[in-house]
Amino acid sequence: MRHTIAVLVKDHPGVLARVASLFTRRGFNIESLAVGHTEETGISRMTIVVKGDQRVLEQITKQLNKLIDVIRVKDISPQNSVERELALIKVNTNSLPARSEIIQTVDIFRANIIDVNSQIMTIETTGTEDKINALIELLRPFGLKEVTRTGKIALSRGSITTSGLKK
Amino acid sequence: MKLTGAQIVVECLKKEDVKVIFGIPGGAIMPLYDVLYSETSIKHILTRHEQGAVHAADGYARATGKVGVCIATSGPGATNLVTGLANAHLDSIPLVAFTGQVPTNLIGTDAFQEVDINGITLPITKNNYVVRDVRDLARIVQEAFYIARTGRPGPVLIDFPKDIQLAQTEFKYPESVSLNGYKPTFSGNVKQIKAAVQEIKNAKRPIIYAGGGVISSNASSELRDLVFKTNIPVTTTLMGLGSFPETHSLSLGMLGMHGTAYANYAVSAADLIIALGVRFDDRITGKLDEFALKAKIIHIDIDPAEVGKNILVDIPIIGDIKNILEKLNKYILKKKETEWLNTIEDYRRKYPLKYINNEELKPQYIMETISKIARDNTIIVTDVGQHQMWAALFYQFTEPRSFISSGGLGTMGYGFPAALGAKMGCPEKTVICISGDGSFQMNQQEIATAVYNNIAVTVIIMNNGYLGMVRQWQELFF
Repeated sequence: MRHTIAVLVKDHPGVLARVASLFTRRGFNIESLAVGHTEETGISRMTIVVKGDQRVLEQITKQLNKLIDVIRVKDISPQNSVERELALIKVNTNSLPARSEIIQTVDIFRANIIDVNSQIMTIETTGTEDKINALIELLRPFGLKEVTRTGKIALSRGSITTSGLKK
Repeated sequence: MKLTGAQIVVECLKKEDVKVIFGIPGGAIMPLYDVLYSETSIKHILTRHEQGAVHAADGYARATGKVGVCIATSGPGATNLVTGLANAHLDSIPLVAFTGQVPTNLIGTDAFQEVDINGITLPITKNNYVVRDVRDLARIVQEAFYIARTGRPGPVLIDFPKDIQLAQTEFKYPESVSLNGYKPTFSGNVKQIKAAVQEIKNAKRPIIYAGGGVISSNASSELRDLVFKTNIPVTTTLMGLGSFPETHSLSLGMLGMHGTAYANYAVSAADLIIALGVRFDDRITGKLDEFALKAKIIHIDIDPAEVGKNILVDIPIIGDIKNILEKLNKYILKKKETEWLNTIEDYRRKYPLKYINNEELKPQYIMETISKIARDNTIIVTDVGQHQMWAALFYQFTEPRSFISSGGLGTMGYGFPAALGAKMGCPEKTVICISGDGSFQMNQQEIATAVYNNIAVTVIIMNNGYLGMVRQWQELFF
C-alpha cells in the first residue's frame, strides 16, 4: 500500500541527508520525494511517498518524529487531500503531422508548450501521477528525448493543515 | 567581553557542570586544548586512543547518570570515536563528543585530516552538529547537552571547525532550550496507567521484564515498591541488571539467550508481561512469533518508536518510567499469586543455574567468589564475550549502576576504558573490570592512562587463550 506523508523540517543543511539516511538504514523505500519552502521562514516541507503496510507506516512516522530537525509528520490520505506533480517532457517533432498531433494531445491534457524549435518541443504539465503517466504514454511513440518529474506534493483538503496551527 | 569559540565551549562546559572530560588533542582541536590547559575546574584525562576516550566518557555516564564528555581531533581522531558513539547510541547513554574540524573554508576540499564526521555519525548519534558560525555555538552546546540527557538519552556530536574555535563573539548562555521538533513525553497518560493497573489486578501469572530504561530513569526504588506490593517476579535484561536486587526471592535473574532457564520458562508461561524500558531485542525474544504467546503486554517506555517495533503491545504507556511507576504505585493494589509463585519455584528447582564444580577452577566459581567478597559500593564493568555472560549470571547485582557493560553493540575493548571512566565518576567506589584475554587486548593501551592518572581499577582477566564466545559458537554450530 502506498502512503503520502508530509514532513515539516527545520531548513538546515543536512536535513535531507538525515531523512534519507533514516529511510535507507531502516529499510524503508522512498517512491518519490519533493522538498520546498513553506509559508514560514526556516521551515521546509518534504512530501514523501512510501510503500508499506500500516505497521511500516507507523514505524516510519515514529522514527521520523525522533529526528530533532523534524517538527511534524502527517500521513496524508489520498481521499482527503489534493495532490499534484509537475513534469517537463521533451519530445521529438521532426515531421509535420507529428507536430500537430502533439499539439492536439497537449491541448486535451491542458498542458503547455514552453520551448520549441524545428526538432523538439518541451511540454510542461501538472496533475496527478496518473494523468502525467497517461500523457507520457501518448507522447512516447513520437520519441521522448527527456523527461523530468518533480515528485508528488500534497495538501489536506479543507481547513486542516499539517502544522496544525491556526493562522 | 568577546570570547573565542574555544573559550565559549569551556564556559558552556562549566555551565553544564562538567568536571571530567576524556580526549586526545590534534591539529584541528588545538585552540580548544589551549583554553582547557588553563582551566582548573575541569579535569582532562588524556587517553591513549580516542576509542578509550569515548568509552571512558560512556563508563563515566553510566556510573554517574551524568552526561559524559569526550574530545578528539578531526579526521582519524574523529573516526576513532565511531565505535564508541555507536556503542552509546545502542545502549542509550548520554554523551557529548567534540571533534575538531578543518577550517570552514577548507571543508569539502579533502584537506589534511578532513573527514565528514557528521555524515559518518548520522545514524549512530541522537543528533549531531557542524558549527558554522561562532554566534550559534553556545546554543548548540546547550542543545547538545539537553538532547543527550533528556527523553531517551543518547550521544550527540559537535563538529567544531578550527576557525570557529578562534573566532570571537559575545558569550551568552541561552536561558533555556527551545526546540520545536523535540518535546519528549515525560508524564505517563493516566488513563493508560489505570488500564495497566486493571490488567495487573486481573493477571494470574504476571512477570516484570525490566531493562536499561529503569536504570537510566533512576526508577529502581519505584520498581522495588511495585514488586514488594504485588509480589510479581522480576527478570531483567543485561542492561537492566541491578535494577532489582538479585538476592531477593522474586528475582529471576537475566532473561533471554544467555539468561536463566527459569526466567525464560516463566516468560513463556506468563499471562501478563510488564515491560519496563526494554526494546524486545532479538537476544531476549528469540523467534518473535513464538515469544510469550500467552501473555498480554504492558510496555512502558520513553521512546514511542519502541512500542510495536518488534512485538505488538496491548497497553503502551509513553513517558519517564520513574514518573509512570510513581503514579502506578499509587493506584496498584496489593496482591500475591501464590500458585504462580509456586510454579516459578518449580522451574527454579527443575532448571537451576548450575555448573559442574570439580577440581578445576571454573569461571562461574570465580564470579560467585567475586560476588561474595566484593563490598557494597562496587561497580562491575565487563568487556564482551563469555566472561561478560558469566559475570551477568553468577555475580549477584543488587544496586542500579553497579553493572556496566556493552549491551547492544557488544563492543570488545569497551570494559577497561569504561572502568576508568566509572572510577573517575565514582572515586569512592570500588571498580572491578572483568575482561577476557581477547577483549582486554583491544584497548590495553589505556593501562598507561590508568597508571599516569592513578586511576585505581582492579582488572580480572579470564584468560583462556581463546576468543571463548566465538569458540563456543564454532563448537555448537559450525
